[in-house]
Amino acid sequence: MTAMDSNEDFDEAVVRPAELDPEADVPGISRRTMEICISGLLVLLGALVLVDSYGIGAGWSEGLGPESGYFPSRVGWIFLALSVLVLVQAVRRPSDEVFVTVPQLLQVVRVLVPLAVYVALIAPLGIYVASALFIAGFMLIVGGSRWFTIAATATLLPLLAFWVFELQFQVPLPKGPLEMALGY
Amino acid sequence: MENIQALMQGFELALSMHNILYMILGVLLGIVVGVLPGLGGPNGVAILLPLTFGMDPTSAIILLSSIYWGALFGGAITSILFNIPGEAWSVATTFDGYPMAQQGRAGEALTAAFTASFIGAICGVLLITLVAPLVASFALRFGPAEFFAVYLLTFCSFIGMGRENRGKIGISLCIGFLLAAVGMDSISGDMRMTWGSGELMRGFDFLVVVIGLFGVSEILMTVEEGLEFKGKNARIQMTVVLKTWAQMPRHFVTLVRSCAVGMWMGVTPGGAIAASFMGYGLARRFSRNGPNFGKGEIEGVLAPETAAHAAGTSALLPMLSLGIPGSATAAVLLGGLMIWGLQPGPLLFVEQKDFVWGLIASMYLGNLAGLIIVLLTVPLFAAIMRVPFGMVAPLILMVCAIGAYTIANSIFDIWLMLGFGIVGYVFKKLDYPLAPMVLALVLGDRAEEAFRMAMLGSGGDVGVFAANGLVSTLIVFALTLLLWGPISDLMARLRGKVATE
Repeated sequence: MTAMDSNEDFDEAVVRPAELDPEADVPGISRRTMEICISGLLVLLGALVLVDSYGIGAGWSEGLGPESGYFPSRVGWIFLALSVLVLVQAVRRPSDEVFVTVPQLLQVVRVLVPLAVYVALIAPLGIYVASALFIAGFMLIVGGSRWFTIAATATLLPLLAFWVFELQFQVPLPKGPLEMALGY
Repeated sequence: MENIQALMQGFELALSMHNILYMILGVLLGIVVGVLPGLGGPNGVAILLPLTFGMDPTSAIILLSSIYWGALFGGAITSILFNIPGEAWSVATTFDGYPMAQQGRAGEALTAAFTASFIGAICGVLLITLVAPLVASFALRFGPAEFFAVYLLTFCSFIGMGRENRGKIGISLCIGFLLAAVGMDSISGDMRMTWGSGELMRGFDFLVVVIGLFGVSEILMTVEEGLEFKGKNARIQMTVVLKTWAQMPRHFVTLVRSCAVGMWMGVTPGGAIAASFMGYGLARRFSRNGPNFGKGEIEGVLAPETAAHAAGTSALLPMLSLGIPGSATAAVLLGGLMIWGLQPGPLLFVEQKDFVWGLIASMYLGNLAGLIIVLLTVPLFAAIMRVPFGMVAPLILMVCAIGAYTIANSIFDIWLMLGFGIVGYVFKKLDYPLAPMVLALVLGDRAEEAFRMAMLGSGGDVGVFAANGLVSTLIVFALTLLLWGPISDLMARLRGKVATE
């Protein structure tokens, strides 16, 4: 792909902290390990599909034609075969490439953990309060914003969402004790 | 003649006041979606789809397809000004667009990109106007076996024409099929692959999967790279626009070539991404200015943009006439049709004339509106990129979560979205393509139903797929596409061996 290569000449618009440079010599998970793990998981998944499909019947029934497991089981076999193929390819692959470096992984975790906490808070607190906490938390973690910017963003964006979804489109979103107290 | 009349009626419908408003709103939202990382065509449409449940189907599709046009336009803005492709299909636009911006020719590059997009899109719409009714009336003769063969053709051409590892494309398709199968089987009522979980009884909604795969994963990719945006200034002056337009006829051949590539790639599900790279590659090989490509050559912007838009638009042709989407976004729109209670397929042209021709008319108008809006509002949208990422990212994630919830009012779906976000992140990094998964997920049930009806009709005889000339041609064509890649690899290897001996 010569077209792709030529893109490397003008990279200066992207400011990358030194420790996130993929070329830098930092520890990480190798791509080969990751390929093997994922294709291994897919093989397991394929096996599960087959167990379920044959469990509910993958043959022919008089009157109904193909049973409900007929189609998934066929797809399951193809899936299993391809997963094994990719697994073999992964095992035979040289282990030079890095899938993700530890600093990169930390960056991703810094987003994923707040996101998971956010989703967990939606049921007890309602989506608006949870969103406010999430936005504030996220901006604190990423850093670089002054406290009143954070406070303003975290209040205004959920209010805007409330106006758009609840008042304009009349889509009911999960609400919590605060909305209850306010009479919605 | 009859079609022209229908199209005129379509224009009347699309030109009503509220439909024009929806069109403008859609284009604006689409540009925002195209500019922001983490929100793209497919999941932008997916998030808004639940809001249109109560709307008239024609207005709803005008709104959503306008988002698609806007996203196609918007992707070019960030590619040229920031060297960050807002959409995968505008990666090739960065190669020459960003150098042009560095040389202070941002206005020229943007005008070229938008105009090229417009030309590509109009070619695509013309193709739809002329060919879609013919395909649809031909497809009226199709029975279940023929439909299954067409589905098979779609899936095989994904594998045969894809740029990724074929095993991985196949896996992605299979996962889509299997996800579609989860839940209650519509024919027998059996529970499939639910493992006793009540939440899984509903099955996986493709919208949740799309929001996770395309939205959440994109944010994860962006933070991993620790991006901060630092862009060029943009202001488009009218004189620059006119000067660039005056140059257009000189690049006529490039434009035609890219249109042709794009239309072909859009109708067969190669998609806009592959088309933009092919358009760029071909222009570089055949252009007199070939050696200047990559250094800020205007043809290097025109070629991929035209091809991407021609493909993005043509992808709606098989969706409208056969019920088979040519791209991930078209797949989401197809899902929308079913939600609004329309049955996608060739009958649409007979039973829902107003809807189909209103949509086609809105494609002409939407793209025209898009071109004008995007030329006027570039500085505004370039400003969005100056908002710090720490503020934009949680907003995008919040919108994704709301989108996932509103589909079925289920918090479990938000968790699913998160899960598919992680899956999408890992899959993208390992080069498992995501579009085939979405396509198979949307079409899975329909393909299976066609297969089962065909088998039931023939009493379990697989010979039904070779029973007549039409179906056997389709099947042979599908298998040829499927095996084309491996066979040509093998032949190349054999030839290489002979050469070395």
